[in-house]
Amino acid sequence: MADQATFAEQAMPLMSSLYSGALRMTRNPADADDLVQETYLRAYRGFGGFQEGTNLKAWMYRILTNTYINSYRAKQRRPDETNLDEVEDLYLYRRLGGLEAARSGRSAEDELMDTFSEAEVKSAIEDLPENFRMAVLLADVEGFSYKEIAEILDIPIGTVMSRLHRGRKALQKALYDYAVTHGLAERPDGDPEPTPVPSAPGTDH
Amino acid sequence: MSDCNETLRELYLFLDGQLTEEDRVHIQQHLDDCSPCLEAYDFEAELRIVVKSRCFEEVPEALRARIAKALEREQQPG
Repeated sequence: MADQATFAEQAMPLMSSLYSGALRMTRNPADADDLVQETYLRAYRGFGGFQEGTNLKAWMYRILTNTYINSYRAKQRRPDETNLDEVEDLYLYRRLGGLEAARSGRSAEDELMDTFSEAEVKSAIEDLPENFRMAVLLADVEGFSYKEIAEILDIPIGTVMSRLHRGRKALQKALYDYAVTHGLAERPDGDPEPTPVPSAPGTDH
Repeated sequence: MSDCNETLRELYLFLDGQLTEEDRVHIQQHLDDCSPCLEAYDFEAELRIVVKSRCFEEVPEALRARIAKALEREQQPG
């Protein structure tokens, strides 16, 4: 059984990870502050139930996620359906990976990666339908394993994999739209009017 | 060629560290030998790093202090 006296020492270093997750979930700094504080209080009170030697970050993320779902999500629920039928695997790479601009020094790929600003990447994640957003956040940003994500979200591993698969496609599609606005890619054929690109505040290019 | 298809299909499982050791080695060997697949892998690996690094957040000092205080209050008897 974990000793409450050691809670702060072990849990405080995890705060920037939890805070970043809370911001992506709530999309609102004031809510993120409250969510993180509530997570720490609940975790402290329930620390006796934490099994030493297991992953504390995963345990706290489960509390964060549950608190978010129970207290914050209802306020700002968004539809989960999004049409990804035309989005194939490796969407971004198939469109942009071949950019072999004959430039000396930095590769075209480095340039492409640099083009995505912090605000754009955050918006691309925050605009994902919620189920996809959580899966992508936990895997790609926080680096949890499928099994850990299944436990955090309380869903089967197969569901984790399918949400990740679809969520990553949707993320790549959104990033592609930003690449288009930066003039690094052309509007795909058969897509007459640009999909509205969510405006990303503070984009500096 | 079938190795290319398999590699691209399993690329995310590979990146996610979710393959068995045998499958992982198999894909790794293919990547060592096949530059087009390696390019796709590098792209996805790089993108993963970009997404992760752009999402980093510094915790506001005020929030850190608020939580430390709230935890102290919890520790006080009564």
